[in-house]
Amino acid sequence: MDFLTLLQIFDSSVRLATPLLFACLAGLFSERAGIFDIGLEGKMLAAAFFSAAFAAVSGSVWVGLLAGIGASLALSLVHGLASITFRGNQLISGVAINFLAAGLTVLIAQDWFQQGGRTPSLSGAARFGEITLPFADAVRDTPYFGPIYADLISGHSILVYVAFLTVPLTWYILFRTRFGLRLRAVGENPAAVDTAGISVVRLRFAAVGICGILCGFSGAYLATGLQAGFVKDMSSGRGFIALAALIFAKWRPWYALSACLLFGFLQALSLRPDAVEAIMRIDVPGQFLDALPYILTVVILAGFVGKAIPPRAGGDPYVKER
Amino acid sequence: MSDGANTGGAASVAPAIELKGVSKSFGPVRANKDISIRVMPGTIHGIIGENGAGKSTLMSILYGFYKADSGEIFIGGQKTEIPDSQAAIAAGIGMVFQHFKLVENFTVLENVVLGAEDGRRLKPSLSKARQLLTELAQEYELRVDPDAKIEDLSVGYQQRVEILKALYRRADILILDEPTGVLTQSEADHLFRILKGLRDEGKTIILITHKLREIMDVTDTVSVMRRGEMTATVKTSDTNPAELAELMVGRKVLLRVDKEPAQPKGNVLEVENLSVIDDDGVERLKKINLTVQAGEIVGIAGVAGNGQSELLEVLGGYRAAIGRVRLNGEDIDLTGASSDGQTRRAKGIAHVPEDRHKEGLILDFFAWENSVFGYHHAPEFQKNARFMNNEAIRSDCEAKMERFDVRPPISSLAAKNFSGGNQQKIVLAREIERDPTLLLVGQPTRGVDIGAIEFIHKQIVALRDAGKAILLVSVELDEVLSLSDRIAVMFDGQIMGERLAAETDERELGLLMAGVTDQSDAA
Amino acid sequence: MDVIPKWADAILIPLISILLAFFISALVILAIGEDPINAIKLMVQGTFGNSAGIGFMLFYATNFIFTGLAVAIAFHARLFNIGGEGQATLGGLGVALVCLSLPWPHWTLALPVALLGGALFGALWALIPAYLQAKRGSHIVITTIMFNFIASALLVYLLVEVLKPAGSMDPATARFPEGTHLPRMSDILGAIGIEFSDAAPVNVSFFIALLACYLFWLLVWRTRLGYEIRAYGQSEPAAKYAGISPTKIILVAMLISGGLAGCMAINNVMSAERLVLNSVEGAGFIGIAVALMGRSHPFGVLLASLLFGFLVQGGAEIDFWTNIPRELIVVIQALVILFTGALDNMVRMPLARLFLLFRNREA
Repeated sequence: MDFLTLLQIFDSSVRLATPLLFACLAGLFSERAGIFDIGLEGKMLAAAFFSAAFAAVSGSVWVGLLAGIGASLALSLVHGLASITFRGNQLISGVAINFLAAGLTVLIAQDWFQQGGRTPSLSGAARFGEITLPFADAVRDTPYFGPIYADLISGHSILVYVAFLTVPLTWYILFRTRFGLRLRAVGENPAAVDTAGISVVRLRFAAVGICGILCGFSGAYLATGLQAGFVKDMSSGRGFIALAALIFAKWRPWYALSACLLFGFLQALSLRPDAVEAIMRIDVPGQFLDALPYILTVVILAGFVGKAIPPRAGGDPYVKER
Repeated sequence: MSDGANTGGAASVAPAIELKGVSKSFGPVRANKDISIRVMPGTIHGIIGENGAGKSTLMSILYGFYKADSGEIFIGGQKTEIPDSQAAIAAGIGMVFQHFKLVENFTVLENVVLGAEDGRRLKPSLSKARQLLTELAQEYELRVDPDAKIEDLSVGYQQRVEILKALYRRADILILDEPTGVLTQSEADHLFRILKGLRDEGKTIILITHKLREIMDVTDTVSVMRRGEMTATVKTSDTNPAELAELMVGRKVLLRVDKEPAQPKGNVLEVENLSVIDDDGVERLKKINLTVQAGEIVGIAGVAGNGQSELLEVLGGYRAAIGRVRLNGEDIDLTGASSDGQTRRAKGIAHVPEDRHKEGLILDFFAWENSVFGYHHAPEFQKNARFMNNEAIRSDCEAKMERFDVRPPISSLAAKNFSGGNQQKIVLAREIERDPTLLLVGQPTRGVDIGAIEFIHKQIVALRDAGKAILLVSVELDEVLSLSDRIAVMFDGQIMGERLAAETDERELGLLMAGVTDQSDAA
Repeated sequence: MDVIPKWADAILIPLISILLAFFISALVILAIGEDPINAIKLMVQGTFGNSAGIGFMLFYATNFIFTGLAVAIAFHARLFNIGGEGQATLGGLGVALVCLSLPWPHWTLALPVALLGGALFGALWALIPAYLQAKRGSHIVITTIMFNFIASALLVYLLVEVLKPAGSMDPATARFPEGTHLPRMSDILGAIGIEFSDAAPVNVSFFIALLACYLFWLLVWRTRLGYEIRAYGQSEPAAKYAGISPTKIILVAMLISGGLAGCMAINNVMSAERLVLNSVEGAGFIGIAVALMGRSHPFGVLLASLLFGFLVQGGAEIDFWTNIPRELIVVIQALVILFTGALDNMVRMPLARLFLLFRNREA
């Protein structure tokens, strides 16, 4: 396989990794605070629809982004209400949110656009365009470095860069700020936070809120960056792959980046069966590549390759003891 | 009423903390009734009472976990509202809970700083805390490595971190809830030295405990709680353990159980070189040797967490071990490969577990379902090969309930709806009525009211007199002393020594419990 | 003491939760400019107006009974099996392989073997997550989700690359032989002189589902195994104390759960007379709603399954006659899961206060 094909696959890996990365970091905030979130998929889907719908109507992708974040936040609020305020089962709440988003998006899409559950195709200012980084064209002809800079690093939409910058930001917030210390503490032992005079409820709602915002970015990128409009069920399991990446990353931001890039790479490969066949010299079924992130996650979960230990208070609603 | 011991009776000094007429109810249960108390600054004040007397509720009110239904709180003479923990901290109250509130995979430093940071960035707070910890360590014998992770520290050190947390928040009033329950004697002694040091620096300390000896050793004044009421407040130097005990339970306590001397008839249980290594690789039992004879009660004394629970679990069949255990001369499989709770029961080992809520009962199951728990394979409770004979189980349960005076005697009531004493009777009836050769009993009267305690003790003695072997584990030294014929003391997974109950006393056992090796046993 | 009496816990709370879910669904219909009353009318007419509608309702309900019982048995062992979808998918594969393997002479011979095949494949698909939970502590919720995706990829692969008859473009197996065709409700009722539409695919599997409900009840509340499953579900340390092996309970409960989900395939796959992609159509997930609503009791599961059968059939009707897409059912399903599963306390807490008030007044 030649250098250019490889570059194309890497380029497409980066694009495909972006929604995963947003969602994975979203889950990281939530789960680090002790709130399991298997509703990433639903929030992503809702954000995808609302961002596409508002972008289509207003003609501005930024309005769309805000609407997407708003929709995702609304679902986060439901999750917070169920799992923090009413101390319900976080997993069941997540399942419900996934279905809620799957149903509502089609219902509203049909009502607004009458196109069988999709939005009109987006173009121009209603989509996130590609950004050309400085000197991209100038250096393009430099061997190796040129194409890498011009095609792989440059030429993505702004949200791709935002996603990659969110990684160090997440790391900084989590490990270098007061908020991060408290957030990690509330996911490990909420009683310690509570007795230190900090509100467990407020802290967890903040985490769930951040999760909502990041899922909003994820969905918005999906519908207005990666693709040009919303179609029914377009998240197609990405929320779960992000969840898998989170486990793969053992709930750490930098590992999350690698895991998402790996899973993005696998998705890119399954789009290029010809390239895979060229390297492997055998016919690898595309379905196998599709399933690989899930298989890898099960292997990780099984603890054969380093144990993934989730935050200790994860999944348990906090009830004050006497 | 007594003023603080160290204030020289100066009436002008306001109490560090004063409660006036504090009451709190949970539904129909009145946990605190009209509590009034004054604690002078620079004193150690004890609050003593039985389990469920309302001590913890009172402290939860002081720390802002519960809001009192009525009454007032004064801190340093100022009327103070404590709606949440933050307000308690702001009022200068620090709390050391019985179960530590530490983040296990954080460092000492991070735990101390949590919630009391200076500003949004973490670094300045951490370096400031490091500085202060060094100072505190020198001042009060509170040395802890600031960069150690909590999960790597021993219980005693973890408790120091809790105290440091309070001091870092500039607490003037320090409340400790049952602080010695998990400590060895020497750790407890160290704690008391720290507390006295803090008092001498002018801090006010409230010590909540149900152990009379601690009250006598370390407090200046003491309040006694009984059934949600404050029954007395006295100067410690003006009282004695017997008087306090009487105030606690409301009548003379029967310190000795009525029983004839034991007539042991040969070994039933023989334990040789028994060791347990847990999942984390920690050795919980270290080559234990022990025997229990028929017609004898052998008590295991020791501070909680020194291997007693593991011993019961091994004998009960749900923890693997190495070594040798024989029942009536027959070897028992310890690997877990061919044995579990069922096979132990089949061999005649009955087991009243230490924690009836977690192990002994299924709280949501009916009493009748619980009455066969663990014996649900017994032939008389089966209909066909795989079906249970619910009618037979129910009538069997009702008969047991009558014999053990379980109230209410309703077999179709869920276990959670019985009081602690009646729950324990359900467990005891189940285990004793199987006519076991060996009965394992853990904490038989924990959280059980006085009336039921006597009943339960009598049942255990009666079983002994019927020629059965009984192994008793209790963290209540009084109970071990009064019920056992022979006492083995456990410390750090080892048996430190054995004594005949009639020939020993609390002082001698206390030394063994603290791990002080004793010469006569070494021989 | 329990504040809320047993009857209220079993009936009143789920009822209020469902009413809340329906109320919000009605608001959703209003919000998209449609008339909820009209929608309900259409759903009722489209379901109960003729025997074909009832037939479809019972056909869907049959699926949900199996998947609902599957989730319920796992709930009793305090395991959350989200993998019903994948297990039912694999069950379909098992049923298809059985049906295609022999030239079955008569359905009475094919059905038991197909049932076994479906149950076996479904159970095996649940076995790996169960084993990983029991032995390695891997969270079963996550592993079963992952196994849903793996199952769907596997089925696509098999249908596209392996099982598709030569020359066919359709990702589906060949048609099943004549001898595997199950008698439909119209045949069964016709034999005793009752007329029933033969348009609906409801078939003899419905009665097998009813039988499964009864066997489920026997298992959980009358057998030693059921006793042990419930005990383990309530308290793992207590189970260990009593000599109940957690490993065994996790494995057995999940095998039964996966088996039940797999059994669903005798209904949807055998009546379709070939295996196609996505034949489960979300029934595995509806099983979660059904089990939650039915409080993990087979009678509750039966009622909830009938309700969801009605919703799915009615949803198809309003999809046809109005501008409301059938995804409305997904919304209702989501709200039922949310209110009966996650927001349980929202209903329970005020209700407990109410009962306390009444009791105090009586006292």
